[in-house]
Amino acid sequence: MTLFIEQCLNGLQFGLLLFLLAAGLTLVFGIMDLVNLAHGSLYMLGAYFAATFAAWTGSFVIGAVLAIIATLLVGMALEVIAMRRLYGRDHLDHVLGTFGLILFFDEAVRLIWGPGGLSLPVPAWLNRSIEILPGVQYSAYRFAIIIVTLAVAAFLYILVMRTRVGMLIRAGASNREMVGALGVNINLLYTLVFGLGAALAGLAGMIQAPILTVQIGMGENILILAFVITVIGGIGSIRGAFVAALLVGFIDTLGRAFFPQILVELLGRQAGSTAAPALSSMLIYILMAVILIVKPQGLFSANSR
Amino acid sequence: MKFALTPRNLVTAALLIGLALLPLYVALTGDRFMLTLFTRIVILAMAAVSLNLILGYSGMMSFGHAAYLGLGGYTTAILSFEGVHSGFIQWPAAIAVSALFALAVGALSLRTRGVYFIMITLAFAQMAYYLASGMARYGGDDGLSLESRSTFAGLIDLSDKTTFYYLCLLLLFASIMLVWRLTNSRFGMVLQGVRSNETRMSAIGYPTFRYKLTGFVIAGTLCGLSGALIANHTDFVSPSMMFWTRSGDLIVMVVLGGMGTLFGPVFGALALLFLEQFLPALISTAVEPFNPAGAAKAGEYWQLVLGPLLLFVVLFARGGIDGMLRALSRRGADAERARHD
Amino acid sequence: MQKTFLAASAALLLAAGPVVSPAWAQQKSVKIGFVSTFSGPVASIGNDMRNAFELALDHMGRKMGGLPVEMIYEDDTLKPEVGKQKAEKLVESDKVDFVSGFIWSNVVYASYKPIVDAKTFLIIANAGETRLAGQNCSPFIFSTSWTNDQNPIAVADYMNQKGVKSVYLIGPNYAAGKENLAGFKSAFKGKVLGEDYTTWPSQLDFSAELAKAKASKADAVYMFYPGAAGVQFLNQYAQAGLKGSIPLYTTFSIDSLSLPRQKDAALGVISALQWSADLPNDANKKFVDDFKKKFGSEPSFYAAQSYDAAMLIGSAVTAVKGNLGDKAAVQKALEKADFKSVRGDFKFGSNHYPTQSFYMQEVVKTGDSYTQKTIATAEKNVPNPHAKQCSMK
Repeated sequence: MTLFIEQCLNGLQFGLLLFLLAAGLTLVFGIMDLVNLAHGSLYMLGAYFAATFAAWTGSFVIGAVLAIIATLLVGMALEVIAMRRLYGRDHLDHVLGTFGLILFFDEAVRLIWGPGGLSLPVPAWLNRSIEILPGVQYSAYRFAIIIVTLAVAAFLYILVMRTRVGMLIRAGASNREMVGALGVNINLLYTLVFGLGAALAGLAGMIQAPILTVQIGMGENILILAFVITVIGGIGSIRGAFVAALLVGFIDTLGRAFFPQILVELLGRQAGSTAAPALSSMLIYILMAVILIVKPQGLFSANSR
Repeated sequence: MKFALTPRNLVTAALLIGLALLPLYVALTGDRFMLTLFTRIVILAMAAVSLNLILGYSGMMSFGHAAYLGLGGYTTAILSFEGVHSGFIQWPAAIAVSALFALAVGALSLRTRGVYFIMITLAFAQMAYYLASGMARYGGDDGLSLESRSTFAGLIDLSDKTTFYYLCLLLLFASIMLVWRLTNSRFGMVLQGVRSNETRMSAIGYPTFRYKLTGFVIAGTLCGLSGALIANHTDFVSPSMMFWTRSGDLIVMVVLGGMGTLFGPVFGALALLFLEQFLPALISTAVEPFNPAGAAKAGEYWQLVLGPLLLFVVLFARGGIDGMLRALSRRGADAERARHD
Repeated sequence: MQKTFLAASAALLLAAGPVVSPAWAQQKSVKIGFVSTFSGPVASIGNDMRNAFELALDHMGRKMGGLPVEMIYEDDTLKPEVGKQKAEKLVESDKVDFVSGFIWSNVVYASYKPIVDAKTFLIIANAGETRLAGQNCSPFIFSTSWTNDQNPIAVADYMNQKGVKSVYLIGPNYAAGKENLAGFKSAFKGKVLGEDYTTWPSQLDFSAELAKAKASKADAVYMFYPGAAGVQFLNQYAQAGLKGSIPLYTTFSIDSLSLPRQKDAALGVISALQWSADLPNDANKKFVDDFKKKFGSEPSFYAAQSYDAAMLIGSAVTAVKGNLGDKAAVQKALEKADFKSVRGDFKFGSNHYPTQSFYMQEVVKTGDSYTQKTIATAEKNVPNPHAKQCSMK
């Protein structure tokens, strides 16, 4: 039973992390109708910035804050220089153009930080395990991730549902032309939204950095998961992204945790245990295909509402 | 239409002749690696030609086309692993498996449109990717080596590099012919009509879904055949040949060369793989006069140039290489006309 | 038109001229291709190997048998198909005499064929793919390392002696990971309570697997994660609260490259290797001292094996007096292994894999630095276990 609770926490933590990535993606997707493959690059940049700034300042927290600000600025600059020119083009252009940006960012990082990758150590006060429930030991750092990401999710909810900017964002997701017609400075709104998405991606990268390594191409695997979440949740819907992110997080973790045993029973020890990681990764894509076949617009589509 | 000596036609002709004469160059110079490189280019060009049929001509933005490359390759490699070496069985099997997969994926995905179509084709390709990495018997993540190339009852020997190159080139020409015949048939007209306005096409009474599905299956099948070729070329298959970035590469080839044009994908494949191979050296040479010490190192960062180049093509040169050649030709024709006026 | 064509073909032939190298030309240099990983999170391993190879060349005066050495380094980016393309380029375009390097079993297994088919000698400096030592062995393949199952067998034997009753296994789901854990299981006498294989190299979050290991209540955990993944594993092992409660055993996951980043998380972890920096022999002393002097860091076992690979090639080229066209003579000279290895005596078995000893090592802290200390000799002069399956006798 404690094992199950612990695995659920792991799934929750992974899901919330994915939500940070997917939230930015779905906003940009919903409002600017832009497919941004380079979102994973911003995630990577967040991790690199965090590792660099933390090493400079000697403080994990200051490094993290600086990293988020830096990613926000890079995101806004990217929007002004390149992304703005892609709005209104068809999706193929987005895919191709931002695919080019991935190559660019990967190489730029290699040029600046070298090919070896960096590491960001967990701060000493989080580098231990704590007893969160009687008998359940859990990594303090992972627990901190859960708290921080939940706070960010709450902040996003308030921002989108309770503020004027949020109203524009929601309006933009369901009817873009209308927002422009109302005399809102669309250019500025777009730059801000893109920057916000970048900052969220940067935060996700920074949070993940101590658990994983900081390396080139780290965004490419997780990017596709974030896209899957965006599509399952319905493009432009923050709520949908949240639900879908948790769903994917749980499926991935619980799949990895319990699927191998099931497969070992079915296929025998050797074949079962080597097939398990691949097949549990497949579950997510099967889920997505099924959802799209049943609901071609995702679970909570902003446009069809 | 009569063959005019426009720059576009000249370059295309030069490309075809160059490809046909490549083994001669190799025989003269002894640089056998060029043959290896160009066999790869020709095979990937064929995959790009197949993607162009749905992406370029009928606007179906499949982001999972590398899956067929992998399925064709894996079918060949698995049969070879299980002791079936005859190409007469391997290749039709590769074609059949990819056709079936394309039929299933197409039937399910073509219900969605826009970005959802992009994502669902991607999802199916990822499933194929993970399926391949889960097959412990066939190497899992490590991939599977082919012990020997496909045999054709002694008719041709694929382990001879020149023979294999010409076979691939022949199949590339055949697939270009096929696409040409298709796009100029009624079927092709409907497909192209779907790209510009699907609602109109179905209003006129065309069952657009069936047309699109047929196009999707033909493209997948053709790509599956090039998968069988690539497995024979590298003597090795691995799940990573189906990873989503590979599908991205194929799209890049099509767009870089020129979407919806007959020879565009060939130009694109050639350009991309050539850049991959020689851009590092090119950058090194360009940097040399300014910084001789850093020249070799600078070449390693070739993707720093390639990335923005792609963005540039998207933003300013929509027609790709073929489009540029066509613009050149048109300018030439205008000048000609001006002179006659 | 005709004139331009003639001029063009003449130019083409001229350009092509120098490339055509006459077969009777004298060997002007020894060309060695070196395939390893020079980018990504494990680039540090590739660089360490390159450094050691270069150091060996320095020690030989950058000449072998009187011929200058020409090195071509290629990056496999940790991908089997890229390694294969690079190997093809080396033998077909650069026409190298030897190919060395290779960290990863899956990369070397995808790449060995074009090298062997071109009758070029492959000197593997790390990757321990068992099939290349057994059923797919070749007169052209040599190794200065081990096969994937040897070191884990040594660890399992040690754990048997220590009376460890049960174990939980975690490793990466690729060729070396599977062979490594299989080797361990073949020798471990206690109960294997569970085993997990993770996606390689992308999965670096081991939370789900560690939770299962903890719940299994095993006496010990055995794992195998080379490179950066080993750093992540040890850190997460500590964060999950397993360190101190369940002893950890490993192979190839702690080395001088990763230890400065693993620090306390690695303390007390036990592993087995055929070489260590404190082995008492002259060649090793010179290697370790000069390596530290030149590169300012401790050499890893990857470095030691690469150094041996360079020395092995040097000894063979010298023995045949630079006449590399005589493949049979080169093979004979390589088989003799007439060089001073950093691991002491060096001898090849019939399958061209070394017969060697294995030492148990424990991570200890002395002052501010962390080192691996040899605590026992696990096995003495064992031949490679796959020689039986190899057709060469």
